Amino acid sequence: MATVPKVEVGTDYKEKYGFFVPEEYVFKAKRGLNPDIVKEISWMKQEPEWMTKMRLRSLEIFRKKPMPTWGADLSVIDFENIFYYLKASDKQSKTWEDLPPDIKATYDRLGVPEAERKFLAGVSAQYESEVVYHSLQEELTKKGVIFTDTDSALRDHPDLFKEYFGTVIPPADNKFSALNTAVWSGGSFIYVPKGVRVDIPLQAYFRINAENMGQFERTLIICDEGSFVHYIEGCTAPIYTTDSLHSAVVEIIVKKNARCRYTTIQNWSTNVFNLVTKRAMAYGDATMEWVDGNLGSQITMKYPSVYLMEPGAKGDVLSVAFAGKGQHQDAGGKMIHVAPNTTSTITSKSISKGGGRTSYRGHIKIYPGANNCKSFVKCDALLLDDESRSDTYPYNDVDAENVTLGHEATVSKVSDEQLFYLMSRGIARAEAETMIVNGFIEPFTKELPLEYAVELNRLIQLEMEGSVG
Amino acid sequence: MADFEIKDLRASVEGRQILKGVSLSIAKGEVHAVMGPNGSGKSTLSHTLMGHPGYAVDGGEVLFKGQNVLALEPDARARLGMFLAFQYPVVVPGISMANFLRTALNSKRGYDGKDKSKQVTPKEFRSMLKGELEVLHMDDSFLPRYINDGFSGGEKKRAEILQMAMLKPEIAILDETDSGLDIDSIKFVAEAVNRMRGPELGILIITHYTRVLEFIKPDFVHVLVDGKFVLSGGPEVADRLEKTGYSEWGKEETAQPQEVA
Repeated sequence: MATVPKVEVGTDYKEKYGFFVPEEYVFKAKRGLNPDIVKEISWMKQEPEWMTKMRLRSLEIFRKKPMPTWGADLSVIDFENIFYYLKASDKQSKTWEDLPPDIKATYDRLGVPEAERKFLAGVSAQYESEVVYHSLQEELTKKGVIFTDTDSALRDHPDLFKEYFGTVIPPADNKFSALNTAVWSGGSFIYVPKGVRVDIPLQAYFRINAENMGQFERTLIICDEGSFVHYIEGCTAPIYTTDSLHSAVVEIIVKKNARCRYTTIQNWSTNVFNLVTKRAMAYGDATMEWVDGNLGSQITMKYPSVYLMEPGAKGDVLSVAFAGKGQHQDAGGKMIHVAPNTTSTITSKSISKGGGRTSYRGHIKIYPGANNCKSFVKCDALLLDDESRSDTYPYNDVDAENVTLGHEATVSKVSDEQLFYLMSRGIARAEAETMIVNGFIEPFTKELPLEYAVELNRLIQLEMEGSVG
Repeated sequence: MADFEIKDLRASVEGRQILKGVSLSIAKGEVHAVMGPNGSGKSTLSHTLMGHPGYAVDGGEVLFKGQNVLALEPDARARLGMFLAFQYPVVVPGISMANFLRTALNSKRGYDGKDKSKQVTPKEFRSMLKGELEVLHMDDSFLPRYINDGFSGGEKKRAEILQMAMLKPEIAILDETDSGLDIDSIKFVAEAVNRMRGPELGILIITHYTRVLEFIKPDFVHVLVDGKFVLSGGPEVADRLEKTGYSEWGKEETAQPQEVA
């Protein structure tokens, strides 16, 4: 394995780009985006040259690509006013007292442990449940599974990394994948060897720190033939950040007969623009499942997708979005049927309240020759009041034969009859409404591990009370 | 002495007055039946008593435990001790019957998530359920099912009575509980209701047909036609209706159900 010596890389870049690096180098975070900042990020991380070049190339692409205008309104993002790389120590400058009261209240109500809430609030840079994490790591290592943060993976597994990085979502895919490739930092890297089943869900939670929960994290998962892994990212507690842009990229390769499930529960504070590209390639008889829950943020645009590359591949997206006052959740899924005899389903559930807006945006593409494919899309929207809004934008391109394509969409309100029924049993209005909403998303909740399901239900309860900012 | 008193109740639906002055006094321990042909205001009576938002009260009052319950939300009426067994129980997807029953029971006991002493314990909940399920010839398998979702007509009605048994109301309104039931289901339901009869419970049975009254014997029968009581008396009123139907009030409807083939 050809490893690039760390020191050499640093020296190399110092010479090449003329950096003056004192012995006691202190990285000064700067706002804005330019090639120098990108080079500096790469240098700080002591990355190999190919990655630096890829970052710079991606920056060019980002600059050239126009801002997408087909979805939510992104015109207010000021790219020059963002920190693109912060060392963990810079992120600790906040204190608990600086936090908005509503965020603190939510932590209280959810019963988030002290250490964890400090991390989530950005007050502490580390939250590691050491004991659990280390015993888990030992077990995984025995099986040959790699589970680490993405920066370490680039350093410790350079060949594997280079083989797959950017192959599922190339920088030029869209403006924000280009941005992420230019400035990415942190994220998770998972490799599951042939035939290995990882029985317990791998959670970013075991090892969350400021590095892998950054604004521009990059996740890469490779499931080798016949393997299985379930990865869980995020948590239901709100993540508070003063940075307004979160733009992640998640790439997954699911090889023959393998199965991968990727579960996300995200609850960004409501100042955040959450623009995420998630895509998987599924090969022969492989299964890819996205379970995606979006609660917070100001604007979310996220459409997990599966490219069904070989016969028998199967793709699933199950998503839930909750939009409260001032929020726009533009979410959905994409299924690209490249090979014949592939199947896909997208199930989307959205809830709008207090003038919030949800959109389902989906794309089913069936390529010529991809005959005998099946795809089914179901989107259900629940509106909690008259000011809220929900839209559906399904796009279907079918160029093959014997294709079964189904689409079902419903928009409903919390019905007076259901409310009256529950209330007639003594259940107060607010609790009855919460029950109905939790019942509505139950098809999603039941796919979550129990502790996440319980937390999600509690969070919906808080959202319903309107006490979550 | 009346424990539950309806005084000159007037109510309308979509601007049309349906109840035109209904008065009725129920003491705990009594079973009253309200009978009437289609369109007489039976559903309006049950919905108005429980506080359905689609029914507007135009006048009158309903006194229970010293309060005019017409001023209360449905949940407050329920916590005060009222219960409505629905004619058409509502489907609520995604919530299990077990969760629903437990939540309702906790609400009835005034548990608001804080005072744990008011919360029903799992053991207590299970033992309460077990006894009631047996009487209604139901088994555990319906507990994880969603509220009324995919229930047969008989299952829905039995589930209503199960809720009543668990919540132990002091005034229970049974709205057309016999409709859509086969004879076995009526017997199970009636057995369960009769078990609950006693000095702590007043019952108001609302029905088109006399059949259910063979199994749950009323103390008083009131005939509702065009939003008013036209006749009140003892069980003999039901016998009279069984013979002549509602013809004496100009309604060509019998008070006996069509034989179910």
